[in-house]
Amino acid sequence: MNHVAEEPHAAGSGRLFLFIWVLLLAFTGIEVVLTYQNLGVHLMLVLLLGLSVVKAYLIIAYFMHLRYERPSLAITLIPPLVAILCLLFLAFPDSLRLLHLRPR
Amino acid sequence: MASEEIMHAQDAGAGTLPAGSSAWSGGAAPYAIVSKKLGMWLFIISDAITFGSLLFAYTYVRVASVQWPMPFHAWPSIANATLMTVVLLSSSLTMVMAVRSARIGSRSHAVRWLFATMAGGLAFIVLHAREWMGLIDEGVRLFKNPWGTPLFGAAFFSLTGLHMTHVGIGVVYLGVIAFGQAAGKFKPEDVEVSGLYWHFVDLVWMFIFPLVYLMSAHLG
Repeated sequence: MNHVAEEPHAAGSGRLFLFIWVLLLAFTGIEVVLTYQNLGVHLMLVLLLGLSVVKAYLIIAYFMHLRYERPSLAITLIPPLVAILCLLFLAFPDSLRLLHLRPR
Repeated sequence: MASEEIMHAQDAGAGTLPAGSSAWSGGAAPYAIVSKKLGMWLFIISDAITFGSLLFAYTYVRVASVQWPMPFHAWPSIANATLMTVVLLSSSLTMVMAVRSARIGSRSHAVRWLFATMAGGLAFIVLHAREWMGLIDEGVRLFKNPWGTPLFGAAFFSLTGLHMTHVGIGVVYLGVIAFGQAAGKFKPEDVEVSGLYWHFVDLVWMFIFPLVYLMSAHLG
């Protein structure tokens, strides 16, 4: 049988969670507004991805509580995930090759 | 039994480390979390890789296409997707409140917050299903659509479909936890573990929304 055996940690302040939620909504609003600014595709992509990563950090660190866990947990989970995603996207330039191969 | 004692010790809090020993020398949980929480985290990482692969496939096909459809008008499509995003983000807030209530011992509040989270998930699914019906009505199928590259449908439906399935499973999972909480069967850590899954589902949407919807917004 498992004990409830984690280190006692703050239950988390409701106001902090509310603040994070407001931030997430604000970033979502910024993303929607950016969509209609007629930026170039590449700039849009960089901005949207950047904002998504920021939102992901807020959710992982605060809502999923990772910021308050042992650092070893974050080190075990996040870098390998990032590494694997980088390995995946290594093949991405091939899509440009495919695009240029098409008969015009 | 010696093995049971070892099991107890392994799940014991790392706050009870004897002086001078490291968290990694055995007898304590190295990450200072119960094993079911670590298990959920590891599952989440693997699921993140799955969604990452789908997003990569979508990116690849889209960049390699000459004419990728951009069919999402501000009204109703982008407005609907934005509403879905707000609903899901709010459900993450109610989930975090549920975990907090469970931790401070207010079981009935935790159950109510859990029901609120489930309601958010259901609302998301209803909005999403309505959108799917609309697209199918317009003629979007897995391998053809009225606008451009045939694979748009496959990419869209597979990505959002897998995500919607995760939301549905999450609603059922939360239901089990909510009813169990009401009956006093589960501990706060069980609520927290279910919260991790729910936040992950929200997290994936944080990437799907901009990359699938906003990048295909109908402009001009």
